Amino acid sequence: MHIMEGFLPTPWWQIWFAVSIPVILFGIHKLNRLVNEKREILPLLAVAGAFIFVLSSLKLPSINGSCSHPTGTGIAAIMFGPAISAVLGIIVLIYQALFLAHGGLMPLGANVFSMGIAGPVVAYLIYKAGMKANLNFYAVVFLATAFGDWATYVTTSVQLALAYPAGDVLTLAGFMSSFGKFAAIFAVTQVPLAIMEGAVSALLFKYVVNVKSDILVEMKVIEDKVVKKLKGISA
Amino acid sequence: MSRKLELIVLAILLIFAAQFIYMSSTTDAEYGGADGEAEKVINDITGGTYEPAAKPFWEPPSGEIESLLFGLQAAIGAGVLGYFFGYYRAKKNYENKLGYKENGKSEGDRHSL
Repeated sequence: MHIMEGFLPTPWWQIWFAVSIPVILFGIHKLNRLVNEKREILPLLAVAGAFIFVLSSLKLPSINGSCSHPTGTGIAAIMFGPAISAVLGIIVLIYQALFLAHGGLMPLGANVFSMGIAGPVVAYLIYKAGMKANLNFYAVVFLATAFGDWATYVTTSVQLALAYPAGDVLTLAGFMSSFGKFAAIFAVTQVPLAIMEGAVSALLFKYVVNVKSDILVEMKVIEDKVVKKLKGISA
Repeated sequence: MSRKLELIVLAILLIFAAQFIYMSSTTDAEYGGADGEAEKVINDITGGTYEPAAKPFWEPPSGEIESLLFGLQAAIGAGVLGYFFGYYRAKKNYENKLGYKENGKSEGDRHSL
């Protein structure tokens, strides 16, 4: 999903930076406040960041014979909200841009927007809606992270289609035609990978709930009665 | 402890592993990166006129080095995950066994780290 270095023309890479930077700054501000108020969330923050590190390094083969990687940002979005996920996401993106020539510094703004902002926002909204509807907690985590992953790739397709509309001039028809082409590549590859990401994320959440549910309750990620129910089932 | 979720996840992983083995042995799929595919589409749309505006500063000199760095990234992440899950698990274990509770609050450590 990373747009490669040099493949996002002016003015698009500047535009996406302009969109992403305020969110990153807000995320850093939120992160500082959270860490100052609650030192005990630091390990959890490290876990969420590490999860992104692991998942986004795994280039998995997919059913159409191409490889792509999951994003892993859904967990952070559910625990800490989209703004903080953006901060965690940019760390990984900078690592990959500098050391792996994967992504790049110019499209960094666009990549942060798709992986660190759009995906987590979708994951977060689905999570909140699902918990309100009283669905099974793990099913909600699965749906939220899987759709968050898809949203990331849909966003990348939108970004590329905006920069490369068919017929060189940005018209709706040209945009849709290009969007269809980019989405077709990512959709086939990403659908199975998103399912895997959702499944693994649900599993990770199970372990977090097992060992450290009190912090999640305190951060209002999950309600006490849901924890009791989960532990009642899995105890 | 119920292992239902683990079994479901394992089943999903096995399905993907099976289709991967099937696909890679019956077809000659390349398993190239999807990002590279996007590059081809950009070429198609622009009629091959597009030149990348910038080159990466530094590219891994070979596929092996690239794998090394991706592996390193995964290892750093996995190490951190393992450390903190171990930390929490042991902490919870000792609290339960020894009846040690900070502030008398249940299950929690308000002042850890």
